[in-house]
Amino acid sequence: MADEDATDEPQGPRTTTAEIVPLRLPPVADEEPEPLEDPRTGDVDEWGRSERVRALVRKAYDPMYRNWFRAEWDGLDKIPTEGGALLVANHAGAIPSDAPTIMHGVETELERPVYGLADHFFKSAPVVGTLWSRTGGVVAHPDNAYRLLHDQNQLVLVFPEGSKGPGKTYNERYRLRRFGRGGFVEIAMRAGVPIIPIAVVGAEESMPILFKVPSVARALGAPYFPVTANMALGPLGALIHFPAKFKLRVLDPVTFPDVEPDQPRYSRSRIMDESEAIRQQIQEALFDMLRQRRSVWFG
Amino acid sequence: MGRRVLVTGLSTFWGGRVAQALEADPDVDVIIGLDTREPTVKLERTEYVRSDENYSILSRIVKATGVDTIAHTFLVVDSTTMSSRAMHEINVIGTMNLFAAASAAGSTVRKVVVKSAALVYGSSPKDPYWFRETDRRVAPARTRVERSLLEVESYVRDFARDNPHVVLSLLRFCNVVGPDITTPLTRALRLPLVPKVAGYDPRFQLVHEDDVVAALLFAIDREVPGIYNVAGDGQIPWSEVMTIAGKRGIPMPPFGIGLATDPLQRLGLVDFAPEVIDLLKYGRGIDNRAFKDAGFAYEHTSAGAVEAFVQAMRLRDTVGSDEVDYRYEEDVETFFRHSPAVVRDTPPS
Repeated sequence: MADEDATDEPQGPRTTTAEIVPLRLPPVADEEPEPLEDPRTGDVDEWGRSERVRALVRKAYDPMYRNWFRAEWDGLDKIPTEGGALLVANHAGAIPSDAPTIMHGVETELERPVYGLADHFFKSAPVVGTLWSRTGGVVAHPDNAYRLLHDQNQLVLVFPEGSKGPGKTYNERYRLRRFGRGGFVEIAMRAGVPIIPIAVVGAEESMPILFKVPSVARALGAPYFPVTANMALGPLGALIHFPAKFKLRVLDPVTFPDVEPDQPRYSRSRIMDESEAIRQQIQEALFDMLRQRRSVWFG
Repeated sequence: MGRRVLVTGLSTFWGGRVAQALEADPDVDVIIGLDTREPTVKLERTEYVRSDENYSILSRIVKATGVDTIAHTFLVVDSTTMSSRAMHEINVIGTMNLFAAASAAGSTVRKVVVKSAALVYGSSPKDPYWFRETDRRVAPARTRVERSLLEVESYVRDFARDNPHVVLSLLRFCNVVGPDITTPLTRALRLPLVPKVAGYDPRFQLVHEDDVVAALLFAIDREVPGIYNVAGDGQIPWSEVMTIAGKRGIPMPPFGIGLATDPLQRLGLVDFAPEVIDLLKYGRGIDNRAFKDAGFAYEHTSAGAVEAFVQAMRLRDTVGSDEVDYRYEEDVETFFRHSPAVVRDTPPS
């Protein structure tokens, strides 16, 4: 009888398996397990970024950064040297020159990697997608951002305007687009990291869009297809930026001390308010910087 | 009173390996293996039952044997091995019959372990780099194997909801490599030139075959209800997989591979699964932390799994196959099992 009753019992956890199953079924580990042998031959990390490629690109881009754009930072010390932080900037130029400039600047000055979130369009393009990924580009997905910021304490750069920022024409320069749906605020709240707004002046003039051709964009599956002033320089001109003077101002970090990280949901209105406040801050900083700018080319 | 386990797909790689491991466990009283073909591995006390491919006799077997655990290892995840219809029969209809049997009135089944695949997440440029168990796939399922696995998983969910007294573990495995298993990836890596898609170098995540078997046994042995990803740590670019394997790649055009290979495939000239093409472009990563938190420890990382596979290939290329083909001699096994003439050891207690 007792045996029959026992069969109806759900099977409890047993402890004897480690000796009898020959496939080295490991016991439930109490202590930290030894690291497994990992015979890697390359240095490409789980995000596709390669420090070796990145170092090469830094070397190649440095003359561009110093002599062409003559990038000048203000308040770089507001970017933390350790721990996760979400860098948020305005976005401009048909082929945005702000992303490589910010990434290069932070990586050389602070000597820590920056992962740049961008549209999945980059990943789907052959060659470009691979290069983009090796140099620190990551598909903008909330899970990716959370893992980078929260689990791995990395710096992540995001342009909340998305493709609407670089996709605007020259007559709309330095007027910030909508900051998406405030997803960047939600990620920072969930990951419990500060948001560091950055205002960038110069990218707009480095590759101004005269007008756009939507039909070509649709055919290519691209977010926009621009006709730029740079194209007047000849066939290669489409890829060469004008030497506009770059000025970057890092604004005060925005933290959310009253918000608990790792919540399943956050107040939509709070997110939208914070998002709009950060947009306003960057917009005002831009206007301030433009007021002080004497020349597009010399700053 | 020991465990009574039913293994579906006994003649598949996984069914055979799981049955072998269960045989060594004295707590397991009865092992019944179901398949359409005879087992291909050496088995001592597993009872082999021949069935049709969609397991229509399953409910009778479950009732007659009173099994408490079902290890469903028979799902087909490699679409090149059979026709679309056969795959549908095995995956969808087979699973449907399996759950019908397991949830029949008076069923003794208290645990079901299902071996699914990370294919259910798909592979697209919009994907997160690490799929979690709760994530839904981003791109719609286009290939038949993905669609069939999604259908299977919907049966699994229904079954779990209707039968809360049954511990159901659904394990999703990423691409498997290892000394003995044959998958589209291991076939590709054994070619003189390994196919890659020009302009793409996706991140790959792999798992060693021993870790897969250990994961299945872990789920059979312990109480881990729910869905779990099973994959080695880390993601490595396809180019690095080739480097570890010491192979060079042959680039395929980035556009229209499906169009180009489809007619060749119909003629049987190439053996290239459509789901592999997406994988070679965009890769796939799954988050393995939940299963680790449940207590499972891996033996190999992604790169380690490739290295183990490559070492086994080197050995095999040098000394040839080290295994003798096993033929299941039903009469002989029955003789050993049941004849009074056979001297048996007293089973360990």
